[in-house]
Amino acid sequence: MTVIVAKELTTALTALREHADARLIQGGTDLMVEINFNHVKPTTMISLRDIDSLRTIRRDQPGMLSIGSGVPYSIIEEEPVLSDIPALSQAARTVGSPQIRAAGSLGGNLGTCSPAGDTLPVMFALDAMIHLNTLDSSRVVSIHDFMTGVKRSVRQHDEIITSIDFPIVKGWQGYSKVGVRNAMVISVASTCLVADHENATVRIALGSVGPTIIRCREAEAWLKANHDLSAGASISLDIAGEFGKRAAAESSPIDDHRSTAAYRRHAISVLASRLLRKAYQ
Amino acid sequence: MSANEFYSLHVNGKTMPVQDSWVGESLLYVLRERLGLPGTKGACEQGECGSCTVLMNGNAVCACLVMAATAVNSEIVTVEGITSESTLTDVQQSFVEEGAVQCGFCTPGLIVAVHHLLEKNPQPSEFEVKEAISGNICRCTGYGRVFAAVEATIRSRNEVK
Repeated sequence: MTVIVAKELTTALTALREHADARLIQGGTDLMVEINFNHVKPTTMISLRDIDSLRTIRRDQPGMLSIGSGVPYSIIEEEPVLSDIPALSQAARTVGSPQIRAAGSLGGNLGTCSPAGDTLPVMFALDAMIHLNTLDSSRVVSIHDFMTGVKRSVRQHDEIITSIDFPIVKGWQGYSKVGVRNAMVISVASTCLVADHENATVRIALGSVGPTIIRCREAEAWLKANHDLSAGASISLDIAGEFGKRAAAESSPIDDHRSTAAYRRHAISVLASRLLRKAYQ
Repeated sequence: MSANEFYSLHVNGKTMPVQDSWVGESLLYVLRERLGLPGTKGACEQGECGSCTVLMNGNAVCACLVMAATAVNSEIVTVEGITSESTLTDVQQSFVEEGAVQCGFCTPGLIVAVHHLLEKNPQPSEFEVKEAISGNICRCTGYGRVFAAVEATIRSRNEVK
């Protein structure tokens, strides 16, 4: 194995182009487990740990927060993300343990692209944009186009995820996750709900209940068509319950070692209705 | 850097050469087997148990999830380097006095995690203590004695002030 410790993005991008077999490593919280247990045997590793430009949080344009792909969850838990994108801070705080959150990053969550990735439902609910760079080009991809399946994305071999743009939305937002305990848990089902007061809409995205994150467009449209969703509106228990059922109907969970499809569907209906009630309390 | 190539880590304030190793080894393995620092314990090797907690650039991380060769530019502190004194730290002393050590396997990781917590937040609430050690699994104590040891440390530090 060869290990390349890049300090500049261009160094990493050059190495990536030169080595068709290279694997990228940022926090290592997924890949090192695979290596420790001999599940994968990479021949070339490119470490992004020391690239400072991937660890910045920027406010380049109004109404947008751009978070570097290497910013660890422990930083995302705090300001300024906590005020600007509270659902992302909440999701970050549910990842693993403090030790995992000091290492793991949004870039890693996107690179691995598991349907159980804790921050991905937040990206789907907020229509986040993913910046990808090669040595001589760059592109910006909507999260909806980025994730194509279980651990599959449109990222090409010679591309590095550099940052993620999050629109700052006025209104309540929250993230909830079901697992067997509070810490160190991979989600059985998760939900991010964003109330956009300016546009009087609610957006909801589900994790761990399908091959990709699922945005419940039909439940969103039903809610908007039938109820006032501007700031100060109220949501009855009946409406919240119906919304939960409709969101759950859009999920497509499976039975696996972590839970059953029936339980996951039930969990989604509860999470969705609770989050909606909280949003309009 | 290629397989078996020589590299150095900065551990407990010293530059330590790593020799005759496979370059994909975890920091946990390198600390214990290459650098003679067995204080950091290995249990799950998948970031679930926290027994290998070390400080990396001031952050508490699982050494099993760090590829050692990627840590060449980082400052590592293990439980052996948590104090330069030859005596126990106040956290360690409280663990002993409050009976927070039973089989002892999780203890080094907990000691590092608690030192890190109190460094960042000298007056943590009960909830903050629980969250801070939520990544450190102990199968003996049931955590009650560990919480008592953290409280005792905070109390004694407040009295010194």
